[in-house]
Amino acid sequence: MEITRTDDGDLLLLHLDLFLVELLRQIPLNADPGDSDAARERLFSVPTSSDPKANDDWKNYVHPGMRQLFETATETVKRDLETFEQMDEQQLDEPSARAHCTLRIPAGHFENWLNALNQARLALAARHAFTDSDLDTDEPLSLIDQRGLSLFQIHFYGFLQECLIRELR
Amino acid sequence: MAAQTVVEKETRTEEALDVPWNVVVHNDPVNLMSYVTMVFQRVFGYSKERAQRHMLEVHHKGRSIVWSGMREPAELYVQQLHSYLLLATIERTE
Repeated sequence: MEITRTDDGDLLLLHLDLFLVELLRQIPLNADPGDSDAARERLFSVPTSSDPKANDDWKNYVHPGMRQLFETATETVKRDLETFEQMDEQQLDEPSARAHCTLRIPAGHFENWLNALNQARLALAARHAFTDSDLDTDEPLSLIDQRGLSLFQIHFYGFLQECLIRELR
Repeated sequence: MAAQTVVEKETRTEEALDVPWNVVVHNDPVNLMSYVTMVFQRVFGYSKERAQRHMLEVHHKGRSIVWSGMREPAELYVQQLHSYLLLATIERTE
């Protein structure tokens, strides 16, 4: 994979193989808490540890706006990922279908990508109850189970976040 | 006839008392250090050095008081921090 910046400021992710394409496609799905209470509580946290009324008010008056903000971010990412579709179908028929996909992230969408990637990382970590030591381990990542794959996704999405943060400075 | 002075009890709410509130950011193992630093610079207008100091305090001590003041602005700051998916709460100062 190679990452470059175009003259008009967009980010290009080049030479993506189908595995990385699939990981990117899963960003909106991973950002959705679904039926995970832990993921939902992490994405929609409350402002106090000791005032139930303040927390209820927060859930009623602040969380709806927060939900809209988060959904705007993931919808933007979904639309950008749709550009994969056109390239994928062409590439899959070719003998060497790997490492030919390209994703363009428009400069105006960097903030939405940053937010959606963070949602995905936090929701994945909450779903699997990853600890500090899980995330800091030097052990090779195992991709043979969902937990190992999710940990890999957290790190991969974090790498993309770092790229975006560097561009936003 | 002399006027009588009537003493009325005055009740004040917590919000009426001029007690500062703290905005506290809590550690979580997922948010990137560079991301947290960026958020502190954006939300509070802190220099990179000050933002990094608070970020490192969160990282090493588990929490950092990033701002103190009246309750309403404190809540607005927490709302902004939540929009960036940081773990943040408000607490009354001791």
